Amino acid sequence: MAYSKKVVDKFENTLNDPKAFNVGRFDPKEENVGTGMVGAPACGDVMKLQIKCEPSGNTHVIKDVKFKTYGCGSAIASSSELVDMLIGKTLEEAKAIKNKEIVDALELPPIKIHCSVLAEDSIKQAIEDYESKQ
Amino acid sequence: MTEKSTIYLDYASTTPVDPRVASKMMEYLTPDGEFGNPASRSHRYGWKADDAVEEARSHVANLVNADPREIVWTSGATEADNLAVKGVARFYKSKGNHIITSKIEHKAVLDPCRQLEREGFEVTYLEPNEFGIIQPEQVKEAIKESTILVSLMHINNELGTLNDLQSIGEITRESGVFFHVDAAQSTGKVKIDLSTLPVDLMSFSAHKTYGPKGIGALFVRRKPRVRIEALIHGGGHERGMRSGTLAPHQIVGMGEAFRIAKLEMTKDHEMIAKYHEKFLDEAMKIEHVYINGDLKNKVPNILNMSFNFVEGESLIMGLKDIAVSSGSACTSASLEPSYVLRALGRKDELAHSSIRFSFGRFTKESDVDKTLSILNSVVDRLRELSPLWEMHLDGIDLDTVTWNTH
Repeated sequence: MAYSKKVVDKFENTLNDPKAFNVGRFDPKEENVGTGMVGAPACGDVMKLQIKCEPSGNTHVIKDVKFKTYGCGSAIASSSELVDMLIGKTLEEAKAIKNKEIVDALELPPIKIHCSVLAEDSIKQAIEDYESKQ
Repeated sequence: MTEKSTIYLDYASTTPVDPRVASKMMEYLTPDGEFGNPASRSHRYGWKADDAVEEARSHVANLVNADPREIVWTSGATEADNLAVKGVARFYKSKGNHIITSKIEHKAVLDPCRQLEREGFEVTYLEPNEFGIIQPEQVKEAIKESTILVSLMHINNELGTLNDLQSIGEITRESGVFFHVDAAQSTGKVKIDLSTLPVDLMSFSAHKTYGPKGIGALFVRRKPRVRIEALIHGGGHERGMRSGTLAPHQIVGMGEAFRIAKLEMTKDHEMIAKYHEKFLDEAMKIEHVYINGDLKNKVPNILNMSFNFVEGESLIMGLKDIAVSSGSACTSASLEPSYVLRALGRKDELAHSSIRFSFGRFTKESDVDKTLSILNSVVDRLRELSPLWEMHLDGIDLDTVTWNTH
């Protein structure tokens, strides 16, 4: 299996220091938290992404992110990579993130592109959840 | 070179060549060695090579209590399986067109069966029970007028479970159906006595038993006689069943490996059984661990476990200093969990989280200890990362969740 060094490093760093890489949870009931969960155990991957936002001008800004991912090495690396992209972004900017950016950042092999698609879905769903509460 | 700090626990995939075997092989390659073509009848180079090939044939026959004339050299167990399955089917096609095998055979049997289906044969794929075992009664029920061959493995390569060859063989004998057994995982692990076992064809591999890759053999019984149609033509070597110049260094390697296997089987088994017990005891202390296969009816060198709430490929990546194999084929293009585990009726998520540990002659107790300690910590950390584990701790039954699949 030809994983890039980037995938392997991201996976290992996340595994070895989960707190530093935003592994964890927020209380999903809090009003300023949006939760997205995508995938299924039977398919081999489940991503849970939570964003904590604050209003800023006429939009909202992502202040903090937590995630947990069950899946192959590249699924975990993709989630972790996405998290790095999110903090400090407005919801509009976060919505505009495309899976291709994760593919490029991690040099994902073609058969693992679905991991990046799943990551993109997770942020879309988290934003939807957050917006429904506002 | 692979970094030797990596612990090798993938003996069911392949074994290193025993150094005693390698040094013997070296005698059959170079100008000062016996490099002759065993088919050369006109000079001593040929005679010497032929002697070596025949001695090796005896060693292979001896390990399984067969007649050396019943051993046909092949390039490996895959070729032996192909030769047995296609060879019998094509030779006896006027007698019938029905073949019986199982869903958890090695691809070396399943793919030839698929090919035979394209040629007009009918194949029944038996379902194993939850432990990966085919019951003799299933074979009995599946045999019909047109059945010519039953092909089942002895030891399953993913689970280590054993089929009851004696009982199945009695049924095939009674029905006048040939019985082929893939025994690639068996040699040097369990005793096989083909003088009494009612099996007609049996496939062997050298590289699962400390011999070289690229060489195997097919046992083709003489009494009662089994005939097969060759796959490879060109010179009529191996009594017409497998043409092509024999490779004495490979053959000598397999012979020596099997000779040593006979001498050291008990010793190897005792040591490996001890490791297996220790590994199992310790690994079972981790919560939500499941054994795939049948602890009461399996070889100790293979141990297949599922770690619930953790995905197999990430577990293998986490165990980076340990060479093991995953039941999940997520690393291949298919993204499917192992067809073997699926056939046992394991939930997909458990099939996705399975790891096969396999021990061998060169495994050390410190390898077992180190693996256990790394395994414990990696499973813990991956569970900390797993939303499924979190849900489980929150008391959510994952089977009741509606998943947002993509």
